[in-house]
Amino acid sequence: MENIADTKQTNFASEQKARNRRRLISSLMTTLTAACAIFVVGLLLIILGYIAVRGVASLNLQFLIDTPKPVGEGGGIGNAIVGSFLMTGVASLIGLPVGIAAGVYLAEYGDGWFGHIVRFVADTMTGIPSIIVGIFVFTVFVLPMGRQSGFAGSLALAIIMIPIVARTTEEMIRLVPKSMREGALALGAPNWRVTWDIVLPAAKSGIATGAMLAIARVSGETAPLLFTALNSRFYNFHLDQPMASLTVQIYNYATGPFEIEWKMAWAATLILMLLILIINVAVRYLTRRRF
Amino acid sequence: MSQTNTIGDTIFRAILLLAAASILLIVTAIIVMMTQNSLPSIRQYGFSFLTSSEWNPSAGLYGALPFIYGTVVSSVIAVIISVPLSLGIAIFLTEQASVRFGRPIAFLVELLAAIPSVVYGLWGIFVLAPFVREYLGAFLQNYLGFIPLFQGRLTGIGMLTGALILAIMITPIITAVVRDVLEAVPTTQREAALALGATEWETTRVVLSNAASGIAGAVVLGLGRAIGETMAVTMVIGNVPQITASLFEPGYTIASVLAANFAEARDALYFSALIEIGLILFLVTFVVNALAKLLVIGVTSGAGQKA
Amino acid sequence: MKTNLRLIVYLSILLSFSLIFAACSGQPMGSSNSGGTSGGGDGGDVRLVGSGASFPKPIYEKWVSEFGKVNKTAKIDYQSTGSSAGIKAVQQQTADFGASDAPMNDDELKAAQGGDLLHIPTVLGAVVVTYNVEGLSAPLRLSPQTVVDIFLGKVKKWNDEKIKADNQGVNLPDKDITVVYRSDGSGTTNVFNNYLGKVSPDWTAKGQNMTLPQGVGIGAQRNDGVMGQVKQTPNTIGYVELTFAKANNLPVAVLKNSAGNFVEANIETVTAAAADSAAKTPDDLRVDITNAAGANAYPIASYTYILAYKDQKDAVKGKLLADFLWWATHDGQSFAKDLHYAPLPAEIVAKVETRLKMMTNAGQPLRK
Repeated sequence: MENIADTKQTNFASEQKARNRRRLISSLMTTLTAACAIFVVGLLLIILGYIAVRGVASLNLQFLIDTPKPVGEGGGIGNAIVGSFLMTGVASLIGLPVGIAAGVYLAEYGDGWFGHIVRFVADTMTGIPSIIVGIFVFTVFVLPMGRQSGFAGSLALAIIMIPIVARTTEEMIRLVPKSMREGALALGAPNWRVTWDIVLPAAKSGIATGAMLAIARVSGETAPLLFTALNSRFYNFHLDQPMASLTVQIYNYATGPFEIEWKMAWAATLILMLLILIINVAVRYLTRRRF
Repeated sequence: MSQTNTIGDTIFRAILLLAAASILLIVTAIIVMMTQNSLPSIRQYGFSFLTSSEWNPSAGLYGALPFIYGTVVSSVIAVIISVPLSLGIAIFLTEQASVRFGRPIAFLVELLAAIPSVVYGLWGIFVLAPFVREYLGAFLQNYLGFIPLFQGRLTGIGMLTGALILAIMITPIITAVVRDVLEAVPTTQREAALALGATEWETTRVVLSNAASGIAGAVVLGLGRAIGETMAVTMVIGNVPQITASLFEPGYTIASVLAANFAEARDALYFSALIEIGLILFLVTFVVNALAKLLVIGVTSGAGQKA
Repeated sequence: MKTNLRLIVYLSILLSFSLIFAACSGQPMGSSNSGGTSGGGDGGDVRLVGSGASFPKPIYEKWVSEFGKVNKTAKIDYQSTGSSAGIKAVQQQTADFGASDAPMNDDELKAAQGGDLLHIPTVLGAVVVTYNVEGLSAPLRLSPQTVVDIFLGKVKKWNDEKIKADNQGVNLPDKDITVVYRSDGSGTTNVFNNYLGKVSPDWTAKGQNMTLPQGVGIGAQRNDGVMGQVKQTPNTIGYVELTFAKANNLPVAVLKNSAGNFVEANIETVTAAAADSAAKTPDDLRVDITNAAGANAYPIASYTYILAYKDQKDAVKGKLLADFLWWATHDGQSFAKDLHYAPLPAEIVAKVETRLKMMTNAGQPLRK
């Protein structure tokens, strides 16, 4: 009798020990994973904080209006701001319609072999190094045209946008309930009417957020613009000539030795980050009820 | 859809088809153009292009090995640093954090992905490089200096700094995919484990083993992103086509050499060699991304089945 | 109703896009032969795009700004991309003019797609050895072989015997030297290579060579990049144009010239370097003046060139280019000294005038 009780007791004790050890490991891992999250969030805050501090310190009205001047005479990033806006705008004009249309195709008619191929290619294209797109546009557009231009830059950006927008659009359209579609079809509407009048409006906020994210992504691109839009020291509203952009200026100034150029780089970074942050926060806000 | 198509349907579908086909068209055009322009270099060097480390444009000698090496090493180190971090964050967000607490953290981590590459490069030059030189690198060299990895001249500009920046840049992507993958694992698995008396961590391990191929896919995706990253790396890696064991020494990646030297390649063979290097990058990225997608889709195709 | 509205929105977007594009192109896209930018821009502005060397960037930027005050419709966009990229841009005619410190060789000239190219020297500059070392109160003196050995990686520390030999009594730190060189094809490198090849048999990259032998140090793009790297990283040494070092308050090494004297890099010594060869310069103005004879000559001096086609396709832009180049080589020379460049010798200016008068458009000379 006592033997069995004893064994039971020791078993219980060692089990208890093992359980405690396992619980300890579990708490340790929880702490560790929390630490990872805190570390990375902390890193982000350091980066953003540094940008904010350096950017605000460098910001003044003159910077935002002036164009680059000879060394020692000041200067500004006004033309770069305009250039970035213009090129991102034109890229969106090209990339958004094409991308959305492609996305609608994939959602509506994309279940066959062709749709699968397009989807697969679009997915892999979202990861393509953007420098390759820049080289491509340089070879097939800039060289035949005979000069670098803002339009070539926009084209490169649009090529990057299209697969991204296509995939997000497809996802959003697929979320529209079948019942809406069926209801319209039952009323005798042709397929295209159903898509145009019922499905697209239902998915429009999702498509819009996808578009906004693509715009934010593309406004921060540098590599595609290096050989296509080159750069400029003047205000330029003509798309057929080299155009300045915030990203290329940041790259040029950051790698140089002049303090005033560094200041302009930080100011440009601040503006760029503000734009991107605003878009991202807006998207988050618009998509919050989905959770 | 056995409805009779109206004219409107046909036109509409045609327009959409055109848009979808444009994606294929662009990719085909890129591949064709790059292959065509690589031919002179391919004819000249053949396969030895990939194994030769002789890169001397003024002598007309081109070998891609230093760039392949630089790309692989910086990306692999970035993945090694980033994966544990990303896994930790993903596990924390899906398994442990409450919804109210987890969402802002998830948002902040995703924000890292929104920062442009050139801004990372700027931060890298002014903050990370001095940090590596004064603190991290000095620490590694003092205590682990017997390992060849940590020998060599420490300037803050080099392979390690490049890998660190890449690690920060790919963390949000890996985290996001792992989160999706973990959320796709049915809660029944978790409940079963807990019912058997598993601790939280042990339950997580069960979930992880369920999602293993998806996690692998996330890692491969991060690798693919790291391989193609251009601006941030170009600004901190030192731009020297060399193969060396030291992590502190400068290196060169495929994307960086394209960004730095493409504008001046006027010799036909130089131009062709650069395009061939670019083609290699393009194909590798393509394959890696495709592989990632296949790995991930296996796990998330049943997404939402929280039975 | 809703459909109509959306249709209108989409169509108007497409329409506005095509309108923007149509309005902006001064020329239809097909005619690319004129190269560079369209002549009549907005409101009569004439734009030129130039691409090339970073060596003269500070003074070219100054000139463009000053010339713009003289000629209010002129918008000359100079992009510092490096000499090699500048040569490529002018060969392929993606820029209206190029700029290079290294004169093009005959093969490169043949590859120019727009016909004959003129080399127009614009100013004299010095390639200096600059460094970032703490605790030195005076510039270092470096003999030619020492410079070679540093850049070959044979001299690895600042307190190496060879450096000490020329700098008696200077407290040199026991730190590693990190070389910073140009990773892009560079005219500045070319001048540096020229010099080092002349003074030492160890230096294998001789003659026309826009890249440095690999494997030593950190690579950076353009003079700006090298200067930036040297400025921000301690114990580095690099080679840049004089004005970059001066503008950033970094020390410049004093070098021993061919006459055996240690000379500083300044306007007098650079002018002295050009003086010897000025009269003997060939008519096409392609010349190298490194390691020049003369007691006071700076050993690594160089002309820097603007590359312009003799036959300009666009009358308006061609005239602007010819006028600008004339102004730069005459009135513009007065801005050189403040930026530490030396003005062109009189004999060279005379030859430049002859070359500029050779520029034509449709058979008519652009400058009478």
